[in-house]
Amino acid sequence: MSKGSPISPALMAARPAAPAAPGRDTAHAVQVSAVRGPNNVVPPTEMLGSSAIVRSLEELGVDDIFGLPGGAILPTYDPLMASTKLRHILVRHEQGAGHAAQGYAMVTGRPGVCIATSGPGATNLVTAIADAHMDSVPLVAITGQVASAVIGSDAFQEADIVGITMPITKHSYLVTNANDIPRVLAEAFHIASTGRPGPVLVDIAKDAQQGKMTFSWPPKIDIPGYRTVVRGHSKQVREAARLIAGSTRPVFYVGGGVIKAHAAAELKELAELVGAPVVTTLMARGVFPDSHPQHVGMPGMHGSVSAVTALQQSDLLITLGARFDDRVTGVLSSFAPGAKVIHADIDPAEISKNRTADVPIVGSVKEIIPELISAVREQYDGGAAPDISAWWNTINRLRETYPIGFTQPDDGLSAPQQVIKRIGELTGPEGVYVAGVGQHQMWAAQFIQYERPHAWLNSGGLGTMGYSVPAAMGAKVGNPDRVVWAIDGDGCFQMTNQELATCVINNIPIKVAVINNSSLGMVRQWQTLFYEGRYSNTDLNTGHDTVRVPDFVKLADAYGCAGLRCERDEDIDATIKQALAINDRPVVVDFVVSRDSMVWPMVPAGVSNDLIQIARNMTPVWEQED
Amino acid sequence: MTRHTLSVLVEDVPGVLTRVASLFARRAFNINSLAVGPTEIPGMSRMTVVVEAEGDLLEQVTKQLNKLINVIKIVELTSEQSVQRDHILVKVRADAATRLQVTQAADLFRASVVDVSTDSLIIEATGTPEKLSALLSVLEPFGVREIVQSGTLAISRGAKSMSDRALRSA
Repeated sequence: MSKGSPISPALMAARPAAPAAPGRDTAHAVQVSAVRGPNNVVPPTEMLGSSAIVRSLEELGVDDIFGLPGGAILPTYDPLMASTKLRHILVRHEQGAGHAAQGYAMVTGRPGVCIATSGPGATNLVTAIADAHMDSVPLVAITGQVASAVIGSDAFQEADIVGITMPITKHSYLVTNANDIPRVLAEAFHIASTGRPGPVLVDIAKDAQQGKMTFSWPPKIDIPGYRTVVRGHSKQVREAARLIAGSTRPVFYVGGGVIKAHAAAELKELAELVGAPVVTTLMARGVFPDSHPQHVGMPGMHGSVSAVTALQQSDLLITLGARFDDRVTGVLSSFAPGAKVIHADIDPAEISKNRTADVPIVGSVKEIIPELISAVREQYDGGAAPDISAWWNTINRLRETYPIGFTQPDDGLSAPQQVIKRIGELTGPEGVYVAGVGQHQMWAAQFIQYERPHAWLNSGGLGTMGYSVPAAMGAKVGNPDRVVWAIDGDGCFQMTNQELATCVINNIPIKVAVINNSSLGMVRQWQTLFYEGRYSNTDLNTGHDTVRVPDFVKLADAYGCAGLRCERDEDIDATIKQALAINDRPVVVDFVVSRDSMVWPMVPAGVSNDLIQIARNMTPVWEQED
Repeated sequence: MTRHTLSVLVEDVPGVLTRVASLFARRAFNINSLAVGPTEIPGMSRMTVVVEAEGDLLEQVTKQLNKLINVIKIVELTSEQSVQRDHILVKVRADAATRLQVTQAADLFRASVVDVSTDSLIIEATGTPEKLSALLSVLEPFGVREIVQSGTLAISRGAKSMSDRALRSA
């Protein structure tokens, strides 16, 4: 399973080489180096380990890092202060640094970097590292560690962060020798950003930071156990094309891997060639334009009827960079029962993990899709293009009968869906939308039109409340010219809003829409539906007719942000426009909405996707014979 | 559930045993036995892992193991195509009256006596798990005081070398 071609670091968008700094050699190496960055050559130079960390990051082409100093990482913060190439953004909590680095990586396609001290600094990164692991985000987390002589002695601020994060990192390093620093950092960036991207932790003992070493660049990367298959197996690709040509109910099941591989253009070409319906998962929203006539929605627990049913009734799933997550499949044994499965993924371990693949293709979808395009063309030249118009009739009927929609709440308050929809419409597809986790996340996935990849960020796999504000901050640093909205809930917002201080001080003008229903809304929805409306511990007292603790407008004001409040339907547009007009500081808008709005459609947990409900106790009417 | 023997070639770096062992634990696999040691190549260690698993699950855990950066190569060794051995040290009660019987029993299993005292012997034996359990049942009546046993070691039959091939494809 490891007999593939050599690893290609070109999976990520290539960074243009920076002009050579005066007095420094620039190598225009013919062969592609596995070491990222502008490819400078640095002759052996004596320096301290701490300077080697800063210099390595510079040579790797890093611009922005998010972090917070402390004892064990202090030596590194000293040369960091002198660096003119690295912009360090001082966060208010290390979790914020982690999510910011994620947001940065998600919009740029380059590894995000966060840095923290040992012990509690490092453990505060754990949630973000786990999040990056679940959603395959390239992240390099650098932590200080106590001096190697006292490792294992329960020293002050000691935590075995390599051990703690072992199950949630792609790889990790403990560095106790200063001379290892350049190689380890180069390997960490290589591993984080190639293959299936993921988080890599580099834990550096304080004495390694303080030790003398000889720095030279580029270091030699030696990772014999790391090989990534990039090109698809040609026989499998031909077999996939044969299945596509023989299918009458094909569906493209498109996951976040297509965004990570920067393969949106390739996908569009293949989809238009085959003419099949396309569904984009929560992690893939935007990789295929929502406005495209072949796009039939998001599948899964809160997917559209057309997308869920397309998968259920399909005879062929053309699965690209998706992983048959339980939120998509529902009860696995009843998922797409009549479908054969083509599964293309860069991670061999995803193939047949949940659903057995009939045609597995290991490789990058960036390579596989063009291979598939030629193979399908060959099939069609043989006159094998199938007629799928009956299939489209079925899908179109569902799409027209059961569009994603919402009802106006009875309590006179605004519908949260309307607020989110208008934010999307007034901001447009060039904006970046970063959600927290819960009802507002699902509504943001459903009611904002996504037309391009890297426009939609959320915590899909781990479901981390509090992701939104710091990830939006990182996204704004990565994409300073785009409007970046944090679409957050009143619960999520209270978990990480301290990063508003970071945004104000560092001039990172994000916009935060707090969809304030005064409760932990998704949990409340489940209590409504499955616990007889017994609202155990979901009331947050932030909304309409409550004590408003905290008052989000005052909170915004205290942080030096613009604070706005919108409580009536007729003010929604004007408020959004006002927020869009403020660009000299962050804006927080308290959108006071109804707490009774629910996310629909919904496939209740533990049942087949066939039992999708379009509203409470309402299932679609299926046609007798399609 | 069927027994499978996996040979795992790994980089000899700190933490590699933890990475492999914790992967089995977190994917809910039981390890029957585990043996680790250096190989003919400096910097490379080899683990022999015996697990109980059905086909699909075994494939999944093999793929997950392959994702560990320090894992170079994994092969499954069947009992037909490989030599598999366990090693055991047994401390048996043996005084002047029974010593001869115990040593004779050991001889029958081509085991050797590696320590003698007035009232005990230490017997060392190598073999398949079946042979070793037969040896133990013969020694049992004399009084087994203490047992220490290695994990299974396995190597493929024939001239081919696992590490050779692994490094060539690397």
